[in-house]
Amino acid sequence: MTGADTVPADTVERAAATAGLPQPYAELGLKQDEYEKILGILGRRPTAAELALYSVMWSEHCSYKSSKVHLRQFADKAPPSGKLLAGIGHNAGVVDIGQGYAVTFKIESHNHPSYVEPHQGAATGVGGIVRDILAMGARPVAVMDALRFGAAEAPDTARVLPGVVSGISFYGNCLGLPNIGGELDFDPCYAGNPLVNALCVGVMRHGDLQVAAAPGPGNKVILFGSTTGPDGVGGASVLASATFGDASTESAKRPSVQVGDPFMEKLLVECCLELFAAGLVVGIQDLGAAGVACATTELAAAGTGGMAVRLDQVPLRDASLGPPEILMSESQERMMAVVEPGQVDEFLAVCAKWDVRAAVIGEVTDAGRLVMTWHGEPVVDIPAATAADGPVYDRPFARPAAQDALAASDPAALPRPADGAGLRADLLALLASPGLADKSWVTDQYDRYVRGDTVLAMPEDAGLVRVDEATGLGIALATDGNGRYGRLDPYQGAQLALSEAYRNVAATGARPLAVTNCLNFGSPEDPAVMWQFAEAVRGLADGCAALGVPVTGGNVSFYNQTGTAAIHPTPVIGVLGVHDDVRRRVGMGFGAEDAPANLVLLGRTEPEFGGSAWAHVRHGHLGGRPPAPDLAAERRLAGLLVAAAEAGLLSAAHDLSDGGLAVALAESCLRGGTGCTVQLTGRLAGDPFTALFSESAGRCLVAVRPGAAASFAALLAEHQVPGQDLGTTGGDRLTVTGCFEIPLDELAAGHARTLPALFG
Amino acid sequence: MRIGVVTFPGSLDDRDAARAVRLAGAEPVALWHGDRGLRGVDAVILPGGFSYGDYLRCGAIARFAPVMSDLVPAAKAGLPVLGICNGFQILCEAHLLPGALTRNAGLRFVTRDLPLRVENASTAWTRSYAGGERIVVPLKSGEGAYAADPATLASLEASGRVVLRYAGDNPNGSDAAIAGVCNAAGNVVGLMPHPEHAVDPLTGPSADGLGFFTSVLAGVAA
Repeated sequence: MTGADTVPADTVERAAATAGLPQPYAELGLKQDEYEKILGILGRRPTAAELALYSVMWSEHCSYKSSKVHLRQFADKAPPSGKLLAGIGHNAGVVDIGQGYAVTFKIESHNHPSYVEPHQGAATGVGGIVRDILAMGARPVAVMDALRFGAAEAPDTARVLPGVVSGISFYGNCLGLPNIGGELDFDPCYAGNPLVNALCVGVMRHGDLQVAAAPGPGNKVILFGSTTGPDGVGGASVLASATFGDASTESAKRPSVQVGDPFMEKLLVECCLELFAAGLVVGIQDLGAAGVACATTELAAAGTGGMAVRLDQVPLRDASLGPPEILMSESQERMMAVVEPGQVDEFLAVCAKWDVRAAVIGEVTDAGRLVMTWHGEPVVDIPAATAADGPVYDRPFARPAAQDALAASDPAALPRPADGAGLRADLLALLASPGLADKSWVTDQYDRYVRGDTVLAMPEDAGLVRVDEATGLGIALATDGNGRYGRLDPYQGAQLALSEAYRNVAATGARPLAVTNCLNFGSPEDPAVMWQFAEAVRGLADGCAALGVPVTGGNVSFYNQTGTAAIHPTPVIGVLGVHDDVRRRVGMGFGAEDAPANLVLLGRTEPEFGGSAWAHVRHGHLGGRPPAPDLAAERRLAGLLVAAAEAGLLSAAHDLSDGGLAVALAESCLRGGTGCTVQLTGRLAGDPFTALFSESAGRCLVAVRPGAAASFAALLAEHQVPGQDLGTTGGDRLTVTGCFEIPLDELAAGHARTLPALFG
Repeated sequence: MRIGVVTFPGSLDDRDAARAVRLAGAEPVALWHGDRGLRGVDAVILPGGFSYGDYLRCGAIARFAPVMSDLVPAAKAGLPVLGICNGFQILCEAHLLPGALTRNAGLRFVTRDLPLRVENASTAWTRSYAGGERIVVPLKSGEGAYAADPATLASLEASGRVVLRYAGDNPNGSDAAIAGVCNAAGNVVGLMPHPEHAVDPLTGPSADGLGFFTSVLAGVAA
């Protein structure tokens, strides 16, 4: 039996004849004025299929209707860059890294599905971003994940976190992509709204760039990969674009989460790369949110403008599906290609080699309309651009009054450790806190070795992947975000996240080149949230201009709130850098050589504790001002780190962030299995608490190779970066002279115990 | 010397195995699961990955691939064959090696750099090592717990067919901490750890894994 037998199709003819028929537009997430706009565009009521198509295309997730007016700043303020081969608006941005290579990378959220069904939600998040990268013509080469959960000890976190991690492990490992880093943090604000942001990076030769467009009337449209089923129907409109309410709607949403098959995705990756190499693809688009609806409208709108699709030709895994479900289905592991008629047979042969199912479902037209038929009868007939472009809202925003009280709650008033024993206890407490504890429980579930090009991976500051074995050319990637800073000041919070990711990339010796972002916020219908969003976007755009790195793409995730409680504004920023020779990479661990290295603290330390890990862990306090970003100083610091790595002067470098100098020292000791002895002198003398735990931005800890001191001092002067001598590496304990000493075994034990104790 | 590396649908470490072969000084030859014939290679590696998505059981579908029809008799006739991770699982499913690989004791995927002890340094794939030598090589698997019945285990131990053993923690609950075994002739070896990920300190924890690939060269040269 076919769907046509069981579901009478709502044809265009029938729609024209039944003008007043009530339609479930509200249940599909469309507002009344949006529905009326559709009536105006079509001059009749939409068919059920058209209504489904518009509802998913005009959802917040697909249309960016609330964010578009702000996101324009990324292009308007973009610094001049000769490195961009494709910018915002494509599936992912493409950056020239030299030697004929280009890199494409992007980060995307899968927050809501991961809360409803953690394993599949997170798994399909990996799958989706990998297809975005593939659609650009690149071979995906690595993934990263930035994860945020509710309080670590909360019972629901024990449900969500292990499921999310197993989902990423299951999908990414089976796909053969090394997981090279990311983040893990906890805060009660993410309790009902965990953040699961997945990044993928791919590599191609310059000439391999593919386009997501359907030009050339007569060209065939081929859907290939998995069959289409009922999974994920309405995911974009229902899950990703509305706020979670009570428990009853949560169970109703469960079937909206897609189910992933990484084996099919692996075949699809190899199949696509072979199709590209053989020159058989005119245009290509991955199927993600909004499935066939999105792929057909976007390909058509970006091409000649018209497409004729026979929906009954879509291979189904559930024969009862009708046109609306087929259009909305978010079944995973599918791609859509535009192929010249003379190359269809060759295209299908490559698919057969990889056991990938493929079907010709339509062709490109120059009629200017997207027309879809169901067993010969038109069920969709619309101007493609009207669905692809969507509405645009300039939503009201206003700085919330509570922001003043938050700023006035100065952490300077918090009780501080009185002596060396107190400083020691605070450091051990920070290292054992869930957000700063050893992440091996999570990262040991990921394959970081596959493909054999991983030079640095977590817990290093940035992941580093070799691109060319002969020359040593490579790419570094880091993601960073800090919801506490964002809550205190979304403008500066976004800049601090950008600064940290930029600094992390530079710490390995890579030159930062480009930025991607995943903007996680509450409901855009709340003016206070919209203010946070507007401020964060403005801060990020200004920050990128100041650092000279363009935004190449990203993703917005709104509605991360339960009831009226929104998450902290959490822009997660990914920075890509290029490493000319990965053999000169700098890791974070002490002891890379036999002789003691000289430790130097780069940058200025001020008493800055607003939003700090110390205030959070020791006092549960969030208030005051976040550390002041200094983008000019960040740029000078990065220049110094890259130059020092190139000259081979450093045996270790580790950026200072959460927990300040004390945590950075401990992490570098533990990573390399080598201790250090530190004296707090010069500007650091007199206030060891500030020296050890302040989170001033623009700082990095470096270990200078023996004999390289003079060369390094010259570089400090050249790059105008303040450097403070700290002491030397060596031994089996972390000693801060006059304050405390801690054996590495003791440091390691508390650091390693936390996550296994929580999650088994 | 030419060493074949088989790619099944879902093989992932084929490229890494080929690189290790090249670094050892041999020529890697790509073998496709659907083709018959071994293209005249001197040895074969079944690489790691998730052949057929681990559907049914790890390695259970791959053992029926056309290339296996030629590989199994060749292995029985003495062709050196190394199965790594999923390759080990396939060799067990094909009954070229005894025992089976089961879910890790902790039920989670485990990626860790592990100390291992080379228990048998006279197989086709381990003769570059010294007996009892300790090496550090990554393990990365979800179904890596080696299991066999007591009689098989006793026979493996008695005949020196335990090739590799976890020297520190037993990371996955393998019987007798077994990380690798061989057939009676010593030409077919299966390993759960990944020596191809330890061929260059730049991209692995050590270069300790290179010896598996140089071993087979030494055997053919001799």
